[in-house]
Formats: sequence, structure tokens, C-alpha cells
Amino acid sequence: MIPEALALSAVLFTIGTIGVLTRRNAIVIFMCVELMLNAVNLTFVALSNLYGVTGQVFVVFVMTVAAAEAAVGLAIIIAIFRHGQSVNLKNINLLKG
Amino acid sequence: MPTSPPLFYQVHFYLFGLLAIASALAFVTRKSPVSAALWLVSVMFNLAALYVMMGAHFVGIIQVLVYAGAIMVVFLFVVMLLNLGHPNELSDIRGKWGRLAAGGIGLALLAQVMVLARTQFMPSLQPPTNPVFGGATDRGAIGTIAEPLFNEHLLAFELTSILLLAAIVGAVAIGRRRSAQ
Repeated sequence: MIPEALALSAVLFTIGTIGVLTRRNAIVIFMCVELMLNAVNLTFVALSNLYGVTGQVFVVFVMTVAAAEAAVGLAIIIAIFRHGQSVNLKNINLLKG
Repeated sequence: MPTSPPLFYQVHFYLFGLLAIASALAFVTRKSPVSAALWLVSVMFNLAALYVMMGAHFVGIIQVLVYAGAIMVVFLFVVMLLNLGHPNELSDIRGKWGRLAAGGIGLALLAQVMVLARTQFMPSLQPPTNPVFGGATDRGAIGTIAEPLFNEHLLAFELTSILLLAAIVGAVAIGRRRSAQ
């Protein structure tokens, strides 16, 4: 079932990329990034059946980094919301030339 | 793979895979951030089932506990803190039939737990031992992960704790109200 798992991982990663490119809400874009991380985790777990348990150790690390990223990223989003009362990316154009 | 897995396994693999894809599609197409987050929780539960099916029991449990249980709760918390959900899409089920359906499903799940706790499984239904990690039966699902984690990857593991500490401090520092000082 490893080829099927890899195909599923590719599909989920693509859906996450489409979400990042099409959504405007910063929090939803952030959740799409989490979906992409999950797709990569699926690849790690599937290949750990072939190449040993290191892949699963990597998944544990990826989850830790994802948790840290979610904490910092959501704090940034809250700070942006306080600044402009919006998390829509259309309204966040402070650095636009 | 040298031998094709049994049909029971294959059906469930495809079932969870298709459910994950359907939930992911629903996730990127929902307008309300709250329903998007709940569909993402569904994706994560299906992926956890796939992890367990592929022999990664510990990763599956951590997926449910950390991803679906902690990270997504933080996301939902922020969405509701900033009041971003569209109010007209967040319909609470208050009708009589909704309550009856919820109660019925709850009772069925409770009955399943009671039955499962008292059942002796047939040998054919016992969970199989993973052929790759031959020694996994004596060390359990956690020992398989813990041994490389605390031997080869010990430095990375310790660095991870520093990363988490930095993330906590950073989140508090960024999210603090400026007017408080």
C-alpha cells in the first residue's frame, strides 16, 4: 500500500497548495500549511515501512515544529488583527511599494 | 510489496484515504473558518487511522492528541477570539430531532465501548505484529520510536525543547498588548 499512500500524500499536498494560493483569510492559509505538513508526514510514515523507523522519528520532530510554528504564527496574526482589525490578506499591504 | 495485503485491509485503506481527500476538499472550499478548521480535524483523524494501519501506532496516537487535539484547538480558539466565523453559517442544532439524533449516536458509541471492553477477540482479529519491526512486540509501540529518538537523535531532541521554549516566549512577547506598558 506504499504507492497508494504516496499518491494520497501528493494529492493532500496539492490541495493544501491550492488552499494557500486561493484563500484570503490568513488563518485559513495557515491551516492549509498544516495540511501540507500532514501530507509530508504521511510520506515519512509510508516510507518508514521500507527504510526503518527513522521516518517516524522525523514525524515526531515535524509535529513539534508545527506546534511551535502554530503558536508563533497565531500570535503574529492576533497582533496584525489588533493593528488593522482584519486578517484578510487584501488589507495587509503595509510593505507594498 | 511481496504479498498483497488482505482485502479487509485494502478496503479500509482506500476508505480512509478517500475520506481524507474529501475532507481536504471540503476544507479548502468552506467559507467559514470554523467549518474549515473542523474539516481539517477530520482530515487529521483519517490520517491517524492510516498511520495506525501502516504500523506507526505511536505516530497515530500523537497525531490525534497533538494535531487534532491541541494545534487545531488553538486555531479554533484564535478564530473565535477574533470573531471571524460567519454568524449565518454557524447554525446550532437546537431542534428536537437534532437532539434525538445526537443522543442516539452517543448511546450507540457508548454501547460499542461497553461491548468492546468485554469481548474476547478471535485470533484472526488480533492486531498483526509489524513484519518490519520484528522486535516491536516486546518493546511496544513507544519503544520502537524511543530507542532511535534518545540515541541517534538525542541532540535534535534536546534542541527541540529549546525551540519550544523560544516559541512560547516569542508567542507571549508578540501577542502581548502594547498599551499595558
